[in-house]
Amino acid sequence: MKALIGLSLIVRRSLRQHALSTIVTVFSSAIAIGLVMGVFHLNAQTRQAFLLDGFGADAVLGARGSKLQLVLNSVFHLETSPGNLPWSIYAEMRQNPRVELAIPYAVGDNYRGYRIVGTTNELFDRFEFARGAKLALQSGGVFFDPALREAVVGSVVAERTDLGLGAIFQPRHGIAAAPSGAEIVHPEEYQVVGVLEPTGTPLDRVVFIPLEGIFRMEGHELRGTGESFRPVAGESIPDEHKEVSAVLLKFRGGPMTGRFFDTQINLQGKQATLAFPLAQVLLEIFQKLGWMVQVLRVVSYLVVVVAAASILAALYNTMNERRREFAILRALGARRRTVSSAIVLESSAIAAMGALLGLGVYAAIFSAAAFVVRRETGVVLDVFAFHPSLVIAPAAMVVLGALAGILPALKAYATDVASNLVPTS
Amino acid sequence: MPLLEIQDLVKTYRAPDGEVQTVLDVARFELEAVEQVALVGQSGSGKTTLLHAIAGILRPDSGAVRFDGLNLAQLSEARRDAFRAQQLGYVFQTFNLLQGYTALENVLLGMVFGPGPDRAWARELLTRLGLADRLDHRPAQLSVGQQQRVALARALANRPRLVLADEPTGNLDPERAQQALELLTGLCREQGAALLVVTHDARVSDTFERVVDLGTINRAARSATPAPVVGLAGGQRP
Repeated sequence: MKALIGLSLIVRRSLRQHALSTIVTVFSSAIAIGLVMGVFHLNAQTRQAFLLDGFGADAVLGARGSKLQLVLNSVFHLETSPGNLPWSIYAEMRQNPRVELAIPYAVGDNYRGYRIVGTTNELFDRFEFARGAKLALQSGGVFFDPALREAVVGSVVAERTDLGLGAIFQPRHGIAAAPSGAEIVHPEEYQVVGVLEPTGTPLDRVVFIPLEGIFRMEGHELRGTGESFRPVAGESIPDEHKEVSAVLLKFRGGPMTGRFFDTQINLQGKQATLAFPLAQVLLEIFQKLGWMVQVLRVVSYLVVVVAAASILAALYNTMNERRREFAILRALGARRRTVSSAIVLESSAIAAMGALLGLGVYAAIFSAAAFVVRRETGVVLDVFAFHPSLVIAPAAMVVLGALAGILPALKAYATDVASNLVPTS
Repeated sequence: MPLLEIQDLVKTYRAPDGEVQTVLDVARFELEAVEQVALVGQSGSGKTTLLHAIAGILRPDSGAVRFDGLNLAQLSEARRDAFRAQQLGYVFQTFNLLQGYTALENVLLGMVFGPGPDRAWARELLTRLGLADRLDHRPAQLSVGQQQRVALARALANRPRLVLADEPTGNLDPERAQQALELLTGLCREQGAALLVVTHDARVSDTFERVVDLGTINRAARSATPAPVVGLAGGQRP
């Protein structure tokens, strides 16, 4: 206990006496450790969020083309639509006993850059955006009537635009916002009847309207038969003309059913593409971006090494000027081990302070990244969620800091008392 | 049994040219408990080396340094460190205060490796030395005389049984030197500590009842330089 009090006093005073180098090394350690935690945790959470764990659809059906584009377009509401699918394929899937749920999406319009998706009420009644979680409305709202020009908006849309409950708006043509002055405004007016509770998913960034609304939007043409068809007000649209952009599918019978449809649609068919399993398709993104994550990891490791080296250099450079201090401490009865332990403790303390401050740096990096990810994809990343790197990285930094103190500590250990008790000038 | 007993103490150094030089060769020296002795000698007569050997900072090549019967020369370095921390107070000519520490902390350092920190005692010592309003000052913020008093307080902080003082007044003007000496001897007497003061200043040594001439008892110095005129052979004033 006495030794600890002595060590603590020596370390505190030394840190104070070398305040500038202490501050610099603490900050460099904080940045290093914040970067490591940020890179690892962001990677883990984005992977988890984008690999759709618990998402209430097993597959996405769309026009013939890239599976990844299909998933990004229909699940994350990013990218352009790979094309449309004839209504008959959707209808067949819907009636197939192996399909539990088939939710059609039709896209093509936006409001201030937020995608408008035409769909059916099954999305609200039966679809689970996460395990056991269905879409819910904020107070006062209702889901749209499929026969009316009504809209239900995601929480981010409501937050960032003027589309609150009761708001009336006109859709803009195109799935993304056109440059000012070049946008085509549809004459139809839709009223917001419901605002969704936040889901932390891309659904928060979508304006949902009835499927029929997309079909009947002025200027839209349906090409379900291959020829152009314009719906007429007051008349029903024959099914053969209808088209959907994608269909979210939930199967009965587990992965076996998915593999069956995969073979049937992707290998034997020519009209459509089935993205199944979704996680496997999305894994492609991470495989494509894997090198970037590796580079980031290597960079963050290097920054940690540089931080540890800066602790070593800062301490080592003070060793000559501190020889007399060590000699005095030894003359007062401090053991060699006590003096060298003080140096290791000092380097560990710098690393520990860096690690503590690093949590703040991590929070800043993570929050900034989470803000961008949410703005661009609607996916919510939780800065407060636990990840092993939040414990391992600070602990590793303290260990590295202690290791960085060993060389200066050896120098302190070897300090000769008698020859260093006289002042040097 | 004397508190401190030195017998056939030899310490040599190897010079840069490889030649072995004997700097200390003391046949016998004794110091009783609570006794106060001035050790005088010319520069280079081995005064500081002798103090270092007594303090266990240096290990002699041969001979014995017995403290209360315990031969320090045969102890491990760690036990000699513990001896210094527990039993010894040391006043350096250059004070050797740690610049990053306050006066109070410097005094506390005199305890942490030994009996443990006792803030109340450290404050009391500094207060009695007239530094009650300088507890939180660092050495650079203190006058030379005040620094000397902090050094005295630190040497007495662990309630030592022996205080070694190496030219304790060497950096002070005559008036302050006299004050510091009175404080040192007075506090040692009060605390029941023996005191061994090394000095080359006759004004300091003259205030001690017993003065030992190192030039006389150190055979290495005697063979290297003429014997000093100060003091008497055998180390005892009549």
